[in-house]
Amino acid sequence: MSARTQDPELTGTEPEPVGPGIGARETEAAVPAKILLGLVGMVVVGWFVANASLAFAYYPGWFANSKVLIGLLALVVGVGGAYFFFYFLNTFVEGLPGRISRGLMPYAFLAPGYALIALMLLYPTIQTINYSFANSDATAYVGLENYRTVLGSQEFRSAILNNVLWLIIVPAVTVFFGVIIAVLADKLSTRGEKVSKSVIFLPMAISFVGASTIWLLVYQYDPANEDATGLLNAVWRAVGGEPQSWLQNSGLRLNSLLMMVILVWLQVGFAMILLSSAIKGVPEDTLEAARIDGASELQIFFRVVIPQIKGTIITVFITVVILVLKVFDIVYVLTDGRDKTQVIANLFFAKLFRDSQSGQASAIVVILLLAVTPVLIYQVRHFRREELGR
Amino acid sequence: MTVDVTKTPSEVAEASRTEPRRVRTRGIMADGRPRSTTSIITMVVLCVLWTLPTVGLLVTSLRDRDAQAETGWWTALWNGGWTFDNYRGVFGSADIGTSLLNSVIVAVPATIIPIMFAAFAAYAFSFMDFRGKDVLFIAIVAVMVVPIQVAFQPLLNLFGPNGLGISGQFIGVWILHTGFGMPLAIYTLRNYMATLPKTVIESAKIDGATHFQTFWRLIVPMSVPVIAAFAILQFLWVWNDLLIAKLFLTTDNATVIVKLQGLLGAQGQGTEFLPAGAFISMVIPMIVFFTLQRFFVRGLTSGAVKG
Repeated sequence: MSARTQDPELTGTEPEPVGPGIGARETEAAVPAKILLGLVGMVVVGWFVANASLAFAYYPGWFANSKVLIGLLALVVGVGGAYFFFYFLNTFVEGLPGRISRGLMPYAFLAPGYALIALMLLYPTIQTINYSFANSDATAYVGLENYRTVLGSQEFRSAILNNVLWLIIVPAVTVFFGVIIAVLADKLSTRGEKVSKSVIFLPMAISFVGASTIWLLVYQYDPANEDATGLLNAVWRAVGGEPQSWLQNSGLRLNSLLMMVILVWLQVGFAMILLSSAIKGVPEDTLEAARIDGASELQIFFRVVIPQIKGTIITVFITVVILVLKVFDIVYVLTDGRDKTQVIANLFFAKLFRDSQSGQASAIVVILLLAVTPVLIYQVRHFRREELGR
Repeated sequence: MTVDVTKTPSEVAEASRTEPRRVRTRGIMADGRPRSTTSIITMVVLCVLWTLPTVGLLVTSLRDRDAQAETGWWTALWNGGWTFDNYRGVFGSADIGTSLLNSVIVAVPATIIPIMFAAFAAYAFSFMDFRGKDVLFIAIVAVMVVPIQVAFQPLLNLFGPNGLGISGQFIGVWILHTGFGMPLAIYTLRNYMATLPKTVIESAKIDGATHFQTFWRLIVPMSVPVIAAFAILQFLWVWNDLLIAKLFLTTDNATVIVKLQGLLGAQGQGTEFLPAGAFISMVIPMIVFFTLQRFFVRGLTSGAVKG
């Protein structure tokens, strides 16, 4: 639908009148008052936010020990603090001499966001690489020892194998179901399409832990002399099977496959929404032309529709790949890596917190980082191609 | 809906007048497309498969301990065992109310603050020219792929008692979610803002508006669809997150997902609360999701994430 009605808000919104002349500075000289105000303002905002946060944490008594009150105040302080910080930052840069001000403004707009990315992602990445060459409590360097231990361990190889399985199966199955559902839903009545899409989409709102709980009930095991309480065992018994303890059954990695089902269940809705909009965006006349040439619906789908939605398929695929590489919660909650279900992210967690082997844990993350590098390079290339096409 | 959008009511009426036979035919839908029985059956089956596990959870959460352990939830209609005690227990002895409140306190600022930071950056990328623009944006695209696991150990040290001393407090988690959500936020908002007409900005400039004014009065109101879409995505991600909440919050401040994970690991007494706890943890995100679904779908598909 959205593909056909191109953003009505956009074309419909009239630009609000902006007061004439405000802020248009005739002079190119610096305005010391603004510079001062901006600087002082930023410092005060920073000081206030930091102290308020510490007060929330350490002196709850000041706020009547009320979590609701603290939460509300925190929201005001956090959001208001961010607003006023930008306001004073802007005042400061505006106060600078004209040329410098214009040159600096873009960086002022970028700086807070990039500072956070640097603190939260770049600094830790470098530090983690650093730790990966250090011993278990990061007090001395041990060279490549951690990598040797990790790469040599049976557990790690098992985790790699499982991650590869997750990577091969989950994105492909998710995209497959996403396409199927998008195509079928497109053939339903308007109402049917809306309802069925909502139903498939719904699990996207559910957490991995919640989803694991839901599916734990499905996979529940009861011995043969009791009634089945798990849906899967009930069906399995109905067709004549013995009750199975599904999540402990590592034959053919069945337990890993059953956990993959959970992730697919969660992600198909997301894939379906993007693919559905792409399918609706396929021009009608290309389909019509193929029909006139006598192509069957199946041929039309594979030769006309699929090539035109290839870009979206790749986007969805990459998104799910990135997600799968980091898959943790489901395995952690359901098996914690027992019965040959270990994956890299869970192994990292176990090494860091269960075994207190921070050096080895860091080495595992670095290996994970290396594993995502090809995806990263592909992502950047894909983006560049798209930008050229804009 | 697709046809309603493209045809005026009079056109629709005319179509039904000229082809009265087709409208009444059973194999044709109201909008004139043929009805596909295969699609209907397959979709019904898929929808049932997709809902059944969640229905199972809901029914199980409403049954007492013995009923949960002895019979399947699908037999509840004739085997009975219905009760609200699990919900009472989860709010009482398991104290899930506090953790729900904690989740709200964590999720709301962690949704709004990154949007503000990212919107300014996205504005700079869309409407300003500066050196290093391409390189800086490509860095964003690249950073989106970095697994957050890299951050845990260094940031636990940095936030810990030997560093800033904010580990375990809400502010630490807000900063973390703001940082981790930033790349995707900048990327999504910028892709949308890049489609806004440049002429609007030009005329605002001629009227003498500063960038700060243009941003708040023009660009933010025009970007509401994508801001809403990202807000939903970020809210779901923060609410549903286990790792960050588990590692960076004290037990008193634990979110509902951490609480649920605790219930999952519990043995013996209280295991019957688990389905009720799981259901409670899903209610708020589902409400948010359903009420704002329209925004979400539009934001996702309007070139925001597509790319």
